[in-house]
Amino acid sequence: MSLAQKYPNEVNQIMAKYPPQHKRSAVMPLLYLAQREEGCVTKSALKDIAQMLEITETDVASIVGFYSLYHDQKAGKYRMQVCTDLPCALRGADRFLEELCGNLGIQVGETTADGLVTVEGVMCLAACDKAPMFQTQGPDGIRYHENMTVDKTLELIEALKKSGREVE
Amino acid sequence: MAHILLRHRDIPDINRLDVYQKNGGFEAFKKAVTAMKPTEVTDVVKASGLRGRGGAGFPTGMKWSFIDNKNWPHYVVANADESEPGTFKDREIMESNPFQFLEGLAIASYAVGATAAYIYLRGEFWQVAAFLDERIADMEKAGLLGDKILGSDYSLKIFTHLGAGAYICGEETALLESIEGKRGQPRIRPPFPPAVGLYGKPTIVNNVETFTNVPPILVNGADWYKSLGTPDSAGVKIFSLSGRVKNPGNYELPFGVTFRKLVYEYGGGIIDDRPIKAIMPAGASSSLIVVDDKALDTPMDYASVRTIGGDLGSASVIVIDDTVSIDWVINKTIHFFKHESCGKCTPCREGNYWMLHMTERIHSGTGTQADVDLLLNVAKQMQGKCLCALGEFATMAVVTGIERFPQDFQKAVKA
Repeated sequence: MSLAQKYPNEVNQIMAKYPPQHKRSAVMPLLYLAQREEGCVTKSALKDIAQMLEITETDVASIVGFYSLYHDQKAGKYRMQVCTDLPCALRGADRFLEELCGNLGIQVGETTADGLVTVEGVMCLAACDKAPMFQTQGPDGIRYHENMTVDKTLELIEALKKSGREVE
Repeated sequence: MAHILLRHRDIPDINRLDVYQKNGGFEAFKKAVTAMKPTEVTDVVKASGLRGRGGAGFPTGMKWSFIDNKNWPHYVVANADESEPGTFKDREIMESNPFQFLEGLAIASYAVGATAAYIYLRGEFWQVAAFLDERIADMEKAGLLGDKILGSDYSLKIFTHLGAGAYICGEETALLESIEGKRGQPRIRPPFPPAVGLYGKPTIVNNVETFTNVPPILVNGADWYKSLGTPDSAGVKIFSLSGRVKNPGNYELPFGVTFRKLVYEYGGGIIDDRPIKAIMPAGASSSLIVVDDKALDTPMDYASVRTIGGDLGSASVIVIDDTVSIDWVINKTIHFFKHESCGKCTPCREGNYWMLHMTERIHSGTGTQADVDLLLNVAKQMQGKCLCALGEFATMAVVTGIERFPQDFQKAVKA
């Protein structure tokens, strides 16, 4: 099923943002839409988007490869992306990431055995005054979690396990 | 003093349209579209001395006056990519005082005759974009956007566009490439965006905080704005304070406040009351400034920070205390720049790759003095040879770190 068939309203809204002769601009929002359910951009989604925008599959793949929030590989349902850049690291982010992974029994970059969470270290997320912090990227979009502790994070993971959704 | 930009700290619920309007909101936009010519708006902004808040400090009104009136349509783009490590001010504005930013964006669009404006947000600001979309819909319902706004002949639409995790898209030509659906790689300039920008059309790109300054300038006048700050740097600035301080956060202050006041009065001093060692005044792109009494008493404005070997940039002040070794700091910054280099030009792509190898070796204790010398040499080789500022930025902390804190590197290679 193509994106236009699956999400007709969203696709129309996206296309309306850009001049009709520049529909290539829609590639980034369409890629977000494509990886919403699968957690990554599939080969068939690449083809679908390329056809819709009249560009090549290689063009679309180059966008997936360039930008770090698009993924061509599946991971956990939620990607937990901990900022470890300088300002956060000055406030204990590296130790937080290490302890979190230790508690989950995984290495940085790995996924928990139940497939729920992949923990990654990432570049600055513009929340330097609220370290340690991370974002979750998953089926509910991207959400920030700030001033975190390992205990609070483990509670969040338990809640995700129970509800299957990320709640406010 | 009441806040001029972070007004939500004084007025609860100002992120609601009715509350914003009750507190003078959209008076400036109304005045512009019903009683002023576009060029008059630009003249006021020019006279106010407002300079771009994204880091480069370019005079805003002058930029607007460069728009090419022989080529249409025109676009205005808000740079909400906010990706410099240490910078977190634009997000607070957009989440808490969004209408003042949107009003400033609308005024700028009127001033340069743009009928479509885009807000380019970093992809991580997914929630902020959804929030802004609702605010834009509120404005459309109230007749503040759309066709023939407030009975004038002026029409405008505002759209949000999400990036997807690329620091380089904060560079304005890379940002425009990204909106066009391409990889975010900087263009060769000139031509600059006011001549050839989005879709090849004249485009003005300004930072979120810059736009947010515009409504109060139109309401209170250029002289009022110039009375704040210093002769070289007019007005107020949001200083993002982070690192080893007790109270990190955003502080809206007039230009010219000293580092001492920011760090010790507003920031509450250093964690555990340790001695302060270094300051990076412009995020990870900064030179490392050795902190002594002279540095602490230096006023934070564009000209003064230069006298102590730094740049104010986006005023993202990262504070480093004596528990931190500078070889670790530059290992962190190079790790960032190596990841974020777009790969288009060789000095940046290769330079950062090799600098990371060397900083890793030095920081892990397996390096020698020859590695430090080579690292400094590579950084200096990169300077002046990169396609955009990112490559230059990457070298700042390396060169100043090695030259100003040699003892930290001597210790690292000996240990």
